[in-house]
Amino acid sequence: MSVEILISSLYVFALAAFLGYQIISRVPPLLHTPLMSATNAISAISVVGSIVTAGANYNRVSTILGFVAVVSATINVVGGFMITDRMLKMFKEKLGGGRDSDAKEDHHN
Amino acid sequence: MELKYFIEITYLVASILFIFGLKGLSHPKTARRGMNLAAAGMLVAIVGTLLHHEIISYEWIIIGLIVGSLIGAAMSIWMPMTAMPQRTALSHAFGALAASLVGISEYYRHVVDLGETLPAYKMAALGFEVLFGSLTVTGSLIAFAKLQEMMRGTPITYKGQNVINVGLFVLAAGIFIYLIFVPTASPLFYGMVGLSFLFGVLLVMPIGSADMPVVMSLMNSYAGLASAATGFAIGNNVLIIAGTLDGFSGFILSVLMCKAMNRSITNVLFGAFGSASSDTGASVEGVMREVSTDDVAVQLAYARQVIFVPGYGMATAQAQHAVRELGDALEHRGVMVKYAIHPVAGRMPGHMNVLLAEANVPYSALYEMEQVNPEMQATDVAVVIGANDVVNPDARDNPKSPIAGMPIIEVDKAHSVVVLKRGKGRGFSGLENPLFFKSNTGMLYGDAKASLTKLAQAVQQA
Repeated sequence: MSVEILISSLYVFALAAFLGYQIISRVPPLLHTPLMSATNAISAISVVGSIVTAGANYNRVSTILGFVAVVSATINVVGGFMITDRMLKMFKEKLGGGRDSDAKEDHHN
Repeated sequence: MELKYFIEITYLVASILFIFGLKGLSHPKTARRGMNLAAAGMLVAIVGTLLHHEIISYEWIIIGLIVGSLIGAAMSIWMPMTAMPQRTALSHAFGALAASLVGISEYYRHVVDLGETLPAYKMAALGFEVLFGSLTVTGSLIAFAKLQEMMRGTPITYKGQNVINVGLFVLAAGIFIYLIFVPTASPLFYGMVGLSFLFGVLLVMPIGSADMPVVMSLMNSYAGLASAATGFAIGNNVLIIAGTLDGFSGFILSVLMCKAMNRSITNVLFGAFGSASSDTGASVEGVMREVSTDDVAVQLAYARQVIFVPGYGMATAQAQHAVRELGDALEHRGVMVKYAIHPVAGRMPGHMNVLLAEANVPYSALYEMEQVNPEMQATDVAVVIGANDVVNPDARDNPKSPIAGMPIIEVDKAHSVVVLKRGKGRGFSGLENPLFFKSNTGMLYGDAKASLTKLAQAVQQA
């Protein structure tokens, strides 16, 4: 851990911020609810920090906190991606056809 | 050593897939594929992490992953679409909780357990993470309680509220700055955690349900920033990237929502908007004209173009399927049917779009406010379903109105307007709506779902 790491972290942060601005501005209002659940699922990547905390046996308190963090982050990972997909599946371009393609998809699942 | 590089590469792959995933959301056609990529990225990162050299026991990790997956899956399978705002509020709380707990645990491990001190930048990252994480946890839970109607949706206010709120935040921020210089003051650290939990509660209590789209977006942003701060604290780039994307997404949505109400974020947070006391300064003259189902059905059946304008009332009445049935019946007769969506209709960004999509309305029929307003004059009937402020002409015409300057869907410019409403009372915000008193407006009282179903039957027979 050093100042160099901090500086490179700040680079990553700044670039991610610009990129985020560009990408998110292009999401149509139509998809704003799925966008929110999608970014929520993605930011639940904090599960990787929780996993290390829960499994490294640093001390009892850290293990318990890490365990609860793993549970909450995993709820968001699994729940977030599943509900986003459930919503996106509903957005269809035209009437008719919609139901047929729905039936087909259910078949594949 | 090689394992460490392997883990870093899985994180890099995950970051790239997340970015592609969000890019996919720029169009409904590519959105699902994009999200599958992002989910794959998540899986890669989790598998990579499980190989981390510091991990010595797996039992808690595995139990945690299983319990979390079961709860998450159950919530996403059985949660009705109308409860989407509540689910999202809860997920902000979970995300922020995970970030705060990792932060608290890192602090405890270094400072309390090992008796070390922390470098200033690490303490700054941990402090930020815990400060924003904790206030998001309780703030989102209050938002959840309001949306679930476990708590009064109107603003809860008392004298000196803003002073207390700002004071609390300044105190917490002061402790935060002190900790950066003196990281070993652990009682202060826990005090800061407590204060930010309390601040989250007090921050959201005075905010009315109609302002929830902004609160949801802000909480989304804070939860993301807390994750990004976790990334700084534990030196993990994928956390920084994913958290920043989430943080910026929430921020952009907050700005869009505020613009759609012509209000500033400060006003939303501290204005206690929607307290019953607000007064328009103008009295509305005229009478509200009640119309019958049959009259409206005839009007609709012989129209060339009909525009539906849904609001939160459609969600509470679960009327989205009934709207679509009426729309289908009209289209069957050759009527052009469109749906106009105001950005802040409902309780979260995009709420109405999801409900109508659930009811099989194709997204090509869903129009944004800017697209649909120029068409109003050529529209025979505009049907307002459980919406109020977003169609209130006072916002445009009366500079004294509390919602003055808020862009509206200009249904009053259509040849005629039908308003579906539960009763004669004022809407949620307590504002008088002159639209209801106009000569070309007809009021159809009753449960929106029942009214729409009756209308659909009547249109089929017309």
